[in-house]
Amino acid sequence: MSDEALSEEAMQNEVVEVRVHTDPVEEAVERLTERFPEVVEDPRPDFGGYMVPANQIRDVAAYVRDELGFDYLSSVTGLDLIDEGKMEVVYHTYSIDKGGSALVLKVHVDREEPTVPSLTPMWPGADFQEREIWDLYGINFEGHPDQRRILLWDGFEGHPMRKDWHEPFYEEEHKPFGSRWPGGEVFRAEERNPYGKNVQYPAGWQPESLEFNPDTEVYAGMTVTREATPGLKTEKVTVNMGPQHPSTHGVFRMVVTLDGETVLKLEPVMGYLHRNHEQIGERNTFIQNIPFTDRLDYLSSMGNNHGYVLAVEQLLGSKVPERAEWIRILMVELNRISNHAWALGFLLNDMGAFQTPALYMITERELIVDFFEATAGSRMMCNYMRFGGVAYDLPTEFRGQPTMEFLDELIYEQIPRFIEEMDVYLTNNEIVRARGIGVGTLSAEEAIAYSTAGPVLRASGVPYDVRRAEPYSYYDELDFDIAVFYNGDVYDRYLVRIEEMRQSVRILKQILPHLRSTMGAPIVEGKPQYAIRVPRGGDAYGRVENPKGELGFYITAKTRSSNPERYHVRAPSFINLTALGKMCRGHKVADIVTILGSIDIVLGEVDR
Amino acid sequence: MATEALTSDVPVPDELRSNVFVTSLDKVYNWGRRNSVWPMVFGLACCAIEMICTAASRYDLARFGMEVFRATPRQSDLMIVSGTVTKKMVPTIVRLYNQMPEPRYVLSMGACASGGGPFKEGYHVVDGIDKFVPVDVYVPGCPPTPQALINGLIALQEKIDQQSILTAPWYRKDTPSELVPIPALGPDLVDLRQLDIIRRHAGTVQEHTITELAQKTD
Repeated sequence: MSDEALSEEAMQNEVVEVRVHTDPVEEAVERLTERFPEVVEDPRPDFGGYMVPANQIRDVAAYVRDELGFDYLSSVTGLDLIDEGKMEVVYHTYSIDKGGSALVLKVHVDREEPTVPSLTPMWPGADFQEREIWDLYGINFEGHPDQRRILLWDGFEGHPMRKDWHEPFYEEEHKPFGSRWPGGEVFRAEERNPYGKNVQYPAGWQPESLEFNPDTEVYAGMTVTREATPGLKTEKVTVNMGPQHPSTHGVFRMVVTLDGETVLKLEPVMGYLHRNHEQIGERNTFIQNIPFTDRLDYLSSMGNNHGYVLAVEQLLGSKVPERAEWIRILMVELNRISNHAWALGFLLNDMGAFQTPALYMITERELIVDFFEATAGSRMMCNYMRFGGVAYDLPTEFRGQPTMEFLDELIYEQIPRFIEEMDVYLTNNEIVRARGIGVGTLSAEEAIAYSTAGPVLRASGVPYDVRRAEPYSYYDELDFDIAVFYNGDVYDRYLVRIEEMRQSVRILKQILPHLRSTMGAPIVEGKPQYAIRVPRGGDAYGRVENPKGELGFYITAKTRSSNPERYHVRAPSFINLTALGKMCRGHKVADIVTILGSIDIVLGEVDR
Repeated sequence: MATEALTSDVPVPDELRSNVFVTSLDKVYNWGRRNSVWPMVFGLACCAIEMICTAASRYDLARFGMEVFRATPRQSDLMIVSGTVTKKMVPTIVRLYNQMPEPRYVLSMGACASGGGPFKEGYHVVDGIDKFVPVDVYVPGCPPTPQALINGLIALQEKIDQQSILTAPWYRKDTPSELVPIPALGPDLVDLRQLDIIRRHAGTVQEHTITELAQKTD
């Protein structure tokens, strides 16, 4: 296709309306249980989903995908049910066309030598998620093409998310730890560890057996190629990028096999920021997890808060007052704008427009960040939402003017001005077009198969947005369009983000009158609660459309417990990276940087 | 005072009288160093975002001569450890530290880098970068605001001011600069300086809880 035709198609911003009237899951389940009589509803009270025998999961998944239309495998979760002596794998599948809630499939296997058939051959998006479950739980996925550790390193002792595996600083199963509250003595955990560090070694292990050569060890498990093309004086070369590399947006690493400058194979290596979010989350009480969610995708903490409180509110059955819902939408949409501003600034940075666009974007972002600081108390780590509401009301004054006046100015003038400014100077810039159009393409079918989400999915022509597909909060009452573009390249991902910022402004304009009319109304239902116990156990999955894509929280809890049993994060950045190798193949090495920038990853969320 | 000293010994032409200043070598040397500290481009986690904001136009690190972020350790004076240090990452950090030319400084930004922070109890988190490389300035916060980071950098400048060319270890023959051994990734992170302790504990049972250990030591 010529450049003109490409750009013409790219410019068409289609208005897609997806309204859900009936839940497609009920109908699908009827057909599924008819076809597979062994598939039964989860017998445990308050648990949703359908139990599938392990040996049938591939057939069931194929049927669900091809016949029932649940073609999007959003999330794969591993669980350790130590009381029952079982391991569990939970699959959340969605229908892209019909929208609605998830068809949840669950597989139980024996805890000793757990083995589940891998779904990666049919859903490549399951690749990294299954590797993560192998890494943390030791569940073996039969038929997985490349089952290696992903977050930890080869040779790490044990599978740390198992309930009977204890970390070096282990104190108790659940917080608050007796040593800290009430009246506990204060001590440093290092003083009680023989090594004075956060380490432990298996009994009888002698460091003599350690042969560590950093130069070879960094490529362990990967293919390092040095072969030549016969008859020519060439050589394939394996190049390492990262984890300390200015283009990788943090501590991400890629091992690239090159033929000249052309990428033959790209293998993402992650785990350099794996800070055990899920394991700490299972020790924490429900409310203690809110500040931790801030640190997942640290550029959009409001969105993370929102996803987590939605999941726990399902378990608690709490109601959210009207004003709190409007404030939540205000914060989340402002956050979307600030996140996309940052992402686009650094995408331009990656394209070679070194620093200048990024500095402009950061300046605009500061305005929003300041407003967060005035409202929530922190610039980045807002820790703002609570179960059944938000922590604080909006301040009455901000920078010497009434807050509502400031918001009017921000939403009607400042943000639209900077979006247009960016559009004017960048969108038709020759370099942006040359570096973006046709680079890193992903077709709609591939985007769905790789479980990508957010701008990556929508730039490939799939009009899927959680705010429309399964509306939460008041999004079904708001008027906005899903930004969709059809070429699936870097340039379209750029355009999707600009359009999403415009749509966010549209949403913000609609909620301002509601914020005015609910002034002074309660922002949390009843009295603020701190020691929260879930009235009934079960599992819940809360998901929101975060700036990076679909962010989901899968939580299970026992009845009357104050801590989650299992706390899993469906991290959009992590799963979007599954498609990175596919997108980069055949492009030049300089395009890797641009393609990675267009996915917009945040390492806190990739590695958790 | 200084001009008197000059006039007595050295013949200074009239036109230069108001243009010559006398100071100590240390002061000039440190004045140059403190105002051109080049940090390494090295973002680990959330704190890196605030570090970028500090370098951006609003807070403008260029006022302190620190805006030149270098992508290679060979050209950097300062390593800002901005975020959670994990076990998989620490060999890289130590290696980067070893590759920096002397005089080199390390600023530990935020709670995680200083002591593990909220993630300290995690099985894959290093409880403070000072367990591996020497740290000059600690900046508290989660994440520290740009103002806090600037405060930390000014503290570093004050530290540089105190150093003397006579006693600075990197000019002395008797104190060769020591490289930190790069930690290895065995069944857990292995600090090669601790091999003796590890050998001594090898026979003992490792499965313990902190509370049990507390009872043993009490």
